[in-house]
Amino acid sequence: MSSEGVWSAQDTSPAAVEAALRQLLAQRHEESDAYVPARVLNLIAIVDREWKGEVHNRLERVGRFHASRTILCAVEHGRTTLDAFATMSADHDPKPGEIVALEERVELDLGSVHLKRLATIVDPLLVPDLMTLVWSPHQHDEAVDELLELVQVVLIDTVTSPEPSAALRRSAELCKSAYVVDLAWVRSMPWRERIAAMVDPPAYRPLIYRIDGMTVRYHPESTTAAVLLLGWLATRLGWELPSPFEPEGGMLCSRARRGDETIALRLEPASQDVPGLAGVTLELEGNSFSLDRGPGGLAARLHVADRDDSTWVVMGASRGEAGILGEGIRQALLRDPTYAPALEAATAMLGAAAPA
Amino acid sequence: MATIEQQTAENPLTEGLERLPVHPTTLVIFGATGDLSKRKLLPAIYNLAHEGALPERFNLIGVSRSDIGDDGFRELARESIGEFSRRAPDERVLDSLLGRIRYVGRSFDDEEGYEQLCRLFDEFDDEAGIAFNRLFYLSTAPSFFPVIAQKLGEKNLNRREGADVRIIIEKPFGTDLESALALNREVLSVFDESQVFRIDHYLGKETVQNLLVLRFANALFEPLWNRSYIDNVQITAAEDIGIGTRAGYYDTSGALRDLIQNHMLQLLTLICMEPPARLTANPVRDEKTKVLRAITPPSVGDVDTMAVRAQYAGGTVHGRDVPGYLEEEGVPDDSVTETYAAIKLKVNNWRWAGVPFYLRTGKRLARKTTEIAVTLKPVPHLAFQQEGSLGVQPNQLILAVQPNEGVALSLVAKIPGARMAVRPVNMEFLYGTSFMSQSPEAYERLILDTMRGDATLFARNDEVEAAWTIVDPILEAWQSQRGPIPQYEPGSPGPAEADALMEQGAQWRAL
Repeated sequence: MSSEGVWSAQDTSPAAVEAALRQLLAQRHEESDAYVPARVLNLIAIVDREWKGEVHNRLERVGRFHASRTILCAVEHGRTTLDAFATMSADHDPKPGEIVALEERVELDLGSVHLKRLATIVDPLLVPDLMTLVWSPHQHDEAVDELLELVQVVLIDTVTSPEPSAALRRSAELCKSAYVVDLAWVRSMPWRERIAAMVDPPAYRPLIYRIDGMTVRYHPESTTAAVLLLGWLATRLGWELPSPFEPEGGMLCSRARRGDETIALRLEPASQDVPGLAGVTLELEGNSFSLDRGPGGLAARLHVADRDDSTWVVMGASRGEAGILGEGIRQALLRDPTYAPALEAATAMLGAAAPA
Repeated sequence: MATIEQQTAENPLTEGLERLPVHPTTLVIFGATGDLSKRKLLPAIYNLAHEGALPERFNLIGVSRSDIGDDGFRELARESIGEFSRRAPDERVLDSLLGRIRYVGRSFDDEEGYEQLCRLFDEFDDEAGIAFNRLFYLSTAPSFFPVIAQKLGEKNLNRREGADVRIIIEKPFGTDLESALALNREVLSVFDESQVFRIDHYLGKETVQNLLVLRFANALFEPLWNRSYIDNVQITAAEDIGIGTRAGYYDTSGALRDLIQNHMLQLLTLICMEPPARLTANPVRDEKTKVLRAITPPSVGDVDTMAVRAQYAGGTVHGRDVPGYLEEEGVPDDSVTETYAAIKLKVNNWRWAGVPFYLRTGKRLARKTTEIAVTLKPVPHLAFQQEGSLGVQPNQLILAVQPNEGVALSLVAKIPGARMAVRPVNMEFLYGTSFMSQSPEAYERLILDTMRGDATLFARNDEVEAAWTIVDPILEAWQSQRGPIPQYEPGSPGPAEADALMEQGAQWRAL
């Protein structure tokens, strides 16, 4: 940031923080009337105090997809007072004739004792009439629940949970009260786009109703991203709810039904450095279409029986984990009606005895 | 088995996706080593690749006269993308893209060049086992448009069984009505109108597209959007720089052809059009064309009362000496090409009868700005005439296209204090503060639309012809007038003569 207005106080109150924000804005306007507060989205991040810096850095790296006002609640066990630090910053000085959007950030150091009444602390600090998103990367679920009447969107990442089926059940629970953006789902977006593109030419479209198998390869810590992708295809194509997974040859296998036909669904752990999906294969009467991570995009392979395989690169840059978080924040302003059905199917597949 | 309904239904996998699939495409850029290609087209294609928005299978063929070969063109593309892309290129994505690039180094009338194209198309189709859509982008001097179209027809490259073939034609689409009609005849003798995409990059700008949303998705404006409440509309496209090194093109074109005939009349149609039944290509273009046809073209004798032209003089701008238009390198001493044009038009229909539309554009003006200012009629009686009121003006809605995209509404508010004194204030909506996403370059949006076959943001033949019908008499009148044309001070709002166009005390908005 090239310029920043800063305010801080110890043992303070939400009213004082709110007044300070107004004062900071007036100060910035005095510096230049080209400074304008961004008005897009409120983000409430609830984090453990000791990891505040790490989360702060993650939010810095999302680039232009930052919320316009971020309220970072750092929870410290045993703390009883509220300390606050507020900034109002611009990423560059205004040039003549230009307007520069200001990003507002409030850091609140608070104790576990505050979480039960977190809504009363945070509410005065939100910009009215903007969409509000809550994110709790360190699983302060009780604090999120406390805020559900205040927020419209909950940002979660089901792959970070040690118990995938519990993470999906939690997401389903949250879906009843708010719109859920699951970073595991965001990670599968390029894969969904490419599968949709593959079958988009009208001549190919009937083929999707003859798919008889689907395998998803995934980083072992990204189970939910993989199973959500299976759930997505199953629900988009109207397959009956798939059966719970059973281990088989190092994979997890499930079956879905389309009328009298059975579709084999498989999850195959793959070794790769980065979390997320590694590849996907759709099978159809002895033929197959695969996508796998590769340099510069996804490596596509079309196998048609009795013909040479056709391979090509589907171009696209990796977004990286910072890009995923940024995209997740941006998705708070959009609505994807296909997540909830995919989540239901994924939950059915993982069942009670899901892999860790 | 899939039912008939399933086989013909929409792709169920696209629900919820932001980026919709695009059919595998081979894009051919004629004029691939030219300035537009280097600055705009190649960077736009890279950015689409970076975002994963290109078709899953994509090839690019550059065609130009330079004998640089595949590798030379790849190097040129790498350098252009590195210099002009809106984001730093990811080397792996760039390498993938460059790997899909080929080059044909032939002049545009050379048979062998088209033979080479045929061979490349066959090679790509055979390699993939599918019929790629073909998209021809004519980014050449306009004199080559009919030549290329005819050659493509002769080689049967205008049709492809099992795939779509489309052609993008850059502006200027003709230099007057006669040449536009001739060009349409030439192009449409080879391609169907549905295959032709006449590009106007202004229409790819987010703010321009937002005009339709602003008008047709907000109940606030529609009741006021007519002759009963609107006093006048001003459309301004001002630049604060001169012609630079573009004398060769500019001196044969001028401000009227360069901006008013295309970009600014397009903006006017979006302001004036009736709500289309559907937001798809032909209903939108039908409504835009109706607007242009509702403008009565001036007679040559009337031109002096509805149009003004001028050239920028030499002088000092921002403390720096700048040459006048006639002193610019490459401009003939006796040139009468206008660097400033202002016109007044009336849209003669039920909604707009009597409302003047003022369009002005110029080089080396006070400020770089493109905006549409809709001025409402004043209130019938202003009770706040106390001393201390400042410059009370009728409400204005300003739609800023560039550089700060947004919408502003000027209102009248009370000045704080004991007196009932009032002054104008602004209520502003700025794109930069209200959306997180960076607007894509207009060319990215428009190239993608073409690959999808969506012509909503492209001009149809009858639209182009109707625009020329309005502009032609002005060109004719100006061509018939001998001698030097008025000059205006550099860094000024334009020539004083333009003030004479304004009706009933109206004024040009300050630049």
